Amino acid sequence: MIGFLARRLLSALPVLFVVSLVSFVIIAIVPGDVTAEIAGSDSTEAQRAEIRERLGLDRPMVEQAVRWYGRLLQGDLGQSYLLNKSVTEAVLERLPITLSLAAIALVLAVMLGVLLGILAAIKHDSWLDQGSMSIALFGLSIPDFWFALILISVFAVGLGWLPTGGYVPASESLIGWARSMTLPALALAITQMGVVARMTRSSMLEVMSQDYIRTARAKGMRRHTVIFKHALRNALVPIVTVVGVMTGVLLGGAVVIESVFSLPGVGRLIIGAIQRRDYPIIQGGLLITAATFVFVNILVDLAYGWLDPRVRDGR
Amino acid sequence: MAVEANADNAAILRQEIARARRRGWMLFGRRLARHRSFQVGFALFFVIVLLAVFADLIAPYDPNKNDYRSLLAPPSMAHWFGTDGFGRDIMSRVIHGTRVSLGIGISVVVMTGILGVFLGMLAGYVRWLDNVLMRIMDGLMAFPGVLLAIALAAALGPSTMNAVIALTITFTPRTARVVRSSVLVIRELPYVEAAMAVGAGHARIIFRYILANALSPLIVQLTFVFAVSILAEAILSFLGVGPPPPAPSLGNIIAEGRNYLQDASWIAFFPGIAIAAAVLGLNLMGDGLRDVTDPRLAAERGAG
Repeated sequence: MIGFLARRLLSALPVLFVVSLVSFVIIAIVPGDVTAEIAGSDSTEAQRAEIRERLGLDRPMVEQAVRWYGRLLQGDLGQSYLLNKSVTEAVLERLPITLSLAAIALVLAVMLGVLLGILAAIKHDSWLDQGSMSIALFGLSIPDFWFALILISVFAVGLGWLPTGGYVPASESLIGWARSMTLPALALAITQMGVVARMTRSSMLEVMSQDYIRTARAKGMRRHTVIFKHALRNALVPIVTVVGVMTGVLLGGAVVIESVFSLPGVGRLIIGAIQRRDYPIIQGGLLITAATFVFVNILVDLAYGWLDPRVRDGR
Repeated sequence: MAVEANADNAAILRQEIARARRRGWMLFGRRLARHRSFQVGFALFFVIVLLAVFADLIAPYDPNKNDYRSLLAPPSMAHWFGTDGFGRDIMSRVIHGTRVSLGIGISVVVMTGILGVFLGMLAGYVRWLDNVLMRIMDGLMAFPGVLLAIALAAALGPSTMNAVIALTITFTPRTARVVRSSVLVIRELPYVEAAMAVGAGHARIIFRYILANALSPLIVQLTFVFAVSILAEAILSFLGVGPPPPAPSLGNIIAEGRNYLQDASWIAFFPGIAIAAAVLGLNLMGDGLRDVTDPRLAAERGAG
């Protein structure tokens, strides 16, 4: 298991390198004069030169890259142009909100998806099967930020049950926090719920056609004991593998959902930085989010290796 | 005499191969046409394509014409989908919006297809390049969801062209991977070995033997890229880094509608339905294509 972990960590290094390189290059591809964007169109050439020097943009690209990596290895992602904070601080203080939103959405997506998938599989070829698969496919096909707006206009504007947006920290009021996270998490979960439902269904159908299930049934075990004790347990293993991919989609989706609901997470930070041309924040936010995703994937792989010994010995 | 007979045989053989190939395509077409979800998806997508192509003829109003006598009018006989804060007809804007979305979608599909095939082929065929290329692809895929596209589009500046570039960079890695993995399998098959043995050149082996047989997973993948591009374009526009307003992109209309959720929820509602219809159609077609081209994959559903 330790060897497996070491191999997995090692293989993450080149990925992280590419991630950091892309984050560095993001500023370089901005067309025109970045400093004019930062200082505003009415800035003087002297002001721009000052900014250029302060940010090291007057240096050759290679030197800038060396400096970027030198700082990066010390955990320094630079200063925000506008926030009067270091990038690392700004991103890390908002990361918990994004992570908790993604985590709640993940739990919701898996629970609802597995439920729909089981329903479809045990009532195979019935209207229940078609109904749940239609819901799953519909979930896969709608834009989540649009679904978020629909949820807002129904449950917040129309019925007034939940707030239209804004964030209440859990430390302030647990109920307020839950109320502020409900709609965002639902909106975020809908797409991945579809993915899970479809996977659960096909995986259940496959497992239920296997010999040991027939044996269990033949020896007189009750149908739902077979389904929940024997079939489901094995059918859910593949779901673990997609949790990694799903986390990525959810983290990415959170960026948009956060700005719809005005939740102060990393996504909203990045979108705000895009509007205000605060490039270090864009860079740092991108880098830290991607690194988080890589880390989550390692955890998922470990979990999978623990569940299925073939995986950890296979490589 | 013997030589002539050989030539005859070769000609017959060639005809036979051509016939078998035609039969294969016909069988494929027939199976596809009989696939329920492909039928539904195709019909749905076809309607959207018609709307996009004939937008000028179908749209009842000019999508960018302001009408200050009917601001924020709810859906009615005159304006089926209502009007927005400038009195513009939402239905006309949605119809023109499908053109913007499909245009971006198809551009992304073409560029992703070309780049994905090129990189996937390189990685799968040229062994020493495989590791380097795939690590780069892994790195690009480490950016969660459409975050990379958002950042790229923001850095490049909001325009249709830049949205296409940003989305292409985001979706190429997965496509290259699909191509690479089919190449790795096909490369080891006996008929490719046979082609090498009779001295076929690299180009012939790549295009005639490997690419031709890697096409079906690629087409399935590109169908899903099309669907995801339409969704992602809407996100870019919604966040203000897509085609700039007043272009009636579906994401732009939703973004505008966001400010009127309280008084005029129809503005945001209808463009979302159009996106969902296009994406649903493509997803259904993709499912159908996947089932027909590779029954083994039918079990592994769930492309995000």
